[in-house]
Amino acid sequence: MKALANRSLLAGCLITGLVALMALVSFLWTPYDVTKLVVADRTQAPSLIHWFGTDHFGRDIASMIMVGARNSIAVALVAVGIGMGIGVPLGLFAAARGGLADEALMRLNDLVFAFPALLSAIMITAIFGPGAINAIIAIGIFNVPVFARVARAGALSVWPREFILAARAAGKSQTLITVEHILPNIANQLLVQGTIQFALGILAEAGLSYLGLGAQPPMPSWGRMLFDAQTRMTVAPWMALFPGMAIVITVLGLNLLGDGIADLLDPKSRRRR
Amino acid sequence: MSLLEIENLSLSIGAVPVLSDVDLSVEQGEIVALVGESGSGKSMTALTVMQLLPHAARTSGRVLLDGTNLLEASEEHMCTLRGDDIGMVFQEPMTALNPLKTIGEQVAEGIRWHTRASRAEAEERTRRILDRVGLPEAKFPLSRYPHELSGGQRQRVVIAIACALKPRLLIADEPTTALDVVLQAQVLDLLRDLVAENRMGLLLISHDLAVVADMADRITILRNGQVMEDGEAAQVLSVRTHPYTRQLAQASTHVPEIRAAAAHNTLDSPQAPLLVVQNLTRDYPGRRLSLLRRGAPTRAVDDVSFSIAPGRSVALVGRSGCGKSTLARMILALDRPTAGEIRFRGETLTGRSEAELKPARRDMQVVFQDPYGSFDPRQKVVKLVTEPLHLLEKPPTGTERRDMAAAALAEVGLGSDALEKYPHEFSGGQRQRISIARAIITRPRLVVADEPVSALDVSIRAQILDLFADLNARLGIAYLFITHDLTVARAITDEVMVMEEGRIVERGLTHAVLDDPQSGAARELVSAAPDLKRALERRLREQG
Amino acid sequence: MTAYLAKRLAIAAITLALASVVVFAMLEIVPGDPARVMLGMNASETQVAQLRQQMGLDGGPVQRYLHWAGNLLSLDFGRSYTYSVPVIDLVTERLAVSLPLALIALALSTAIAIPVGLYAASRRGKTGDVISMGAAQLGVAVPNFWFALLLVYLFAVWLRWLPAGGFPGWGAGIWPALKALLLPALALALPQAAILARVTRSALVDVLSEDYIRTARAKGMPWRRVLWGHALRNALIPVVTIMGLQFAFLLAGTIIIENVFYLPGLGRLIFQAITQRDLIVVESVVMLLVATVIAVNLIVDLSYALVDPRLRSRA
Repeated sequence: MKALANRSLLAGCLITGLVALMALVSFLWTPYDVTKLVVADRTQAPSLIHWFGTDHFGRDIASMIMVGARNSIAVALVAVGIGMGIGVPLGLFAAARGGLADEALMRLNDLVFAFPALLSAIMITAIFGPGAINAIIAIGIFNVPVFARVARAGALSVWPREFILAARAAGKSQTLITVEHILPNIANQLLVQGTIQFALGILAEAGLSYLGLGAQPPMPSWGRMLFDAQTRMTVAPWMALFPGMAIVITVLGLNLLGDGIADLLDPKSRRRR
Repeated sequence: MSLLEIENLSLSIGAVPVLSDVDLSVEQGEIVALVGESGSGKSMTALTVMQLLPHAARTSGRVLLDGTNLLEASEEHMCTLRGDDIGMVFQEPMTALNPLKTIGEQVAEGIRWHTRASRAEAEERTRRILDRVGLPEAKFPLSRYPHELSGGQRQRVVIAIACALKPRLLIADEPTTALDVVLQAQVLDLLRDLVAENRMGLLLISHDLAVVADMADRITILRNGQVMEDGEAAQVLSVRTHPYTRQLAQASTHVPEIRAAAAHNTLDSPQAPLLVVQNLTRDYPGRRLSLLRRGAPTRAVDDVSFSIAPGRSVALVGRSGCGKSTLARMILALDRPTAGEIRFRGETLTGRSEAELKPARRDMQVVFQDPYGSFDPRQKVVKLVTEPLHLLEKPPTGTERRDMAAAALAEVGLGSDALEKYPHEFSGGQRQRISIARAIITRPRLVVADEPVSALDVSIRAQILDLFADLNARLGIAYLFITHDLTVARAITDEVMVMEEGRIVERGLTHAVLDDPQSGAARELVSAAPDLKRALERRLREQG
Repeated sequence: MTAYLAKRLAIAAITLALASVVVFAMLEIVPGDPARVMLGMNASETQVAQLRQQMGLDGGPVQRYLHWAGNLLSLDFGRSYTYSVPVIDLVTERLAVSLPLALIALALSTAIAIPVGLYAASRRGKTGDVISMGAAQLGVAVPNFWFALLLVYLFAVWLRWLPAGGFPGWGAGIWPALKALLLPALALALPQAAILARVTRSALVDVLSEDYIRTARAKGMPWRRVLWGHALRNALIPVVTIMGLQFAFLLAGTIIIENVFYLPGLGRLIFQAITQRDLIVVESVVMLLVATVIAVNLIVDLSYALVDPRLRSRA
């Protein structure tokens, strides 16, 4: 089991690292300029010149995937940041206080959960018009209750343990105990949830930009590329194939990473060693 | 031919050897005890007989039940034997029953499976066996769910499942370890009667020599997977040929030497009391019956008053659920009393803010039962032990903290190399030492210890009791020992308070209360407590 | 049991009320005059005033909210500006596509996931487990609309077995309608099935290490009966939780998938309404979807009580 955990961890790190690297390199260099439309080169099949072919404007798909990675990663990462930054303190607070504060937070969670990210995005877009920021806000809002729940559940399982009683007997305040004992003991769960939400964020961003609710052209995004590909499936299937594979590989890498971390840190599998 | 015959049994899980060359036999109608400390392989022996070992387990040797080698039996064959010819009772009654099925369904399931009885027939048999184990249908209908029963009642259900078909061999793996002494005595009596009625063979697995001295015909002592000694019970326990048997027997009745010399013999003390508890009461709100209605509140602690003099060691004993832990938490200001007052060093603690409590907390520390759960697994020992230093007026510097931690560790017999380690790197006994080091680092005048040795093996327990006695003698620390184990109370305390249903019903010098209990609750505890010496005397008398 | 029921119902009602306030407030904060926004810059003042009155935009915010919420309760969602029909008619017509789609997808995903999860858990660590969970791991990573494109390419463009999109309507007969929904449902279901299979497996693996499983085996129950009789029911609680959450994702998923297959469902309706700035339709459909999610969560909570006797005896 440990070997398996290490294998997913290794594969996860490798894939995630490569995708991140690809996004970073795209700032300095891409095979072709993605802003330049070359009508003569449009819808060319994959070849040695254009590895993944070109789209209906003659843009190089490989280059667009590289630049699109930036957008996907940025949106998903900021959305995880929003979710953690707001959700974790709320969850910790609710667990520490209990009673009315806890009940209020849980009801608020129910409320946000009733709006799937796509619905929030649609509402926001309906009002403010489309854009990458909308996607970040919509996905970020949906992440808040997810992290609040994980933090609260984790904290609630730590609070009754004897070392917390010992810390209270040592006169430590709720805040101090939360920072010194609770948070470090649930950090693993938060980390694992973070990679899961990151992966879900990539998927959600792709969905939103496919619908035109995310990043706007000419900024390339994976979802938008698939939208453009849809009507050209018969003549240029590669336009759909490669961006989709980019999404699958990125999400797979993140999920493997999360699984690897979870298995590595799970006390059950640790005892098995 | 014996009912169960284990010959040259060796077992390894993965690369770890668990048992080597174990021999053991159980005759029909005989009670055989398998005794050993944790990690000795006694539970694995039981699971080998049941063929319920983990997948990575490899066995060699022979396990014969009526001449059939179970190690070579197919899974189908084992399914016909388990529950029908071999029954098993487990240690932890709280988790041994399926929470989603009624007790009736769970008992009847095995009956129907093995006998192909009709539903009505199986229910009738279920009713009879549940009645036999002390759960009559009038009070405990078959439609009850496990969560509606107490731990003792659940263990009776598990016994009913194991004995429903009158198996020829019953295996009981620490069946009473999770129960308090009174329940333990009841469950052991029940097992003994069932064995006698049905002429079952019983393999009783235990870590407690006193328990088995009372029950077993023969004893096998196991250590690190090897049989140390076996023979007729009274013989093994009285002659104690093997040094390990001797060590075990001594440890289980151990009284620290310092105490034997310096015991206080009067209840009165010339000094002003350190801790005074007056008319303390704690109510918990009743269960919510509907949105607006709640049930009557339960009173966990009911009008309790007592005091503890400086340097005195006091035991608070009682059955599980009698309110002793709630009382301890209120004294430690970790829980608020509903009414009454607690005074410590002449100052009242009740209703104080956390900041105002600091000086009192400095003088009052705590040691918990579970040496695994009482440390933050992510912190090093140096950080753990110095946590109470937070209570000092002037927080010490880094090097001062280290020095104080090293000094506290030295007090409990650990070297300063422990400072940079994590708690999981230590054994249970060492962890309890670290826990004590944390409690004494602020030089408190009172330490409240909640079952501090009940999770430890007997030999380790003896060492920790010595340490407590030593610290009491050298540093003059007063103790409030919360325990259900009277041997611990006898070993280490001057006074005993007996608690029942939230009230203190008896109080006196330890030996006086334990030798001549007055209240019903105290008498019940004393008579139910397993006592190696008494049990042996009785056995030897019976045998003439 | 009644106390648990009452509490869950009250929570659902409160959540629904709060959600309606949120939806209402979102429209209130539309920059400028919503009627003007909807009609665009070329509309005349009288047209705007007319629409304002129709949308109930006169009066204070509290009054307007109560008016709006009251109408919602009596299923009066107002009139669509672009379609010039009552929104309720539009919604019921579109629901006839979206609801069957979501339900078929849920049924498909459950029918695939539970057996796979059971199989993997009972063959834990063996080849079958590794292969099926590897496939699930991959399935979780596939975006449903991309999967939909691949399905269209395979079954419609290449094999020509099924239509690439569009919906003949239920009037054209059950079979052609179902045929049109098959690929969309499959595209929605498979990624969800992958998640559900993983949850089922891990819930079962956790339950199988519990003490009461050992008790059942010590009774002599064969492995299969222990798995079906004891383990599955205990593992159901996390599985049902995820199924409830998935329904929300499926609903949201229909919005995307209907756009891939050009299905005239709620998703397409809301999408067209956004581009045409028909805010009344947007808020009505959002409210409807939110209410569905809340209702499904309520059903999930109640099903816990059916499975778990401990909940029944607690408030």
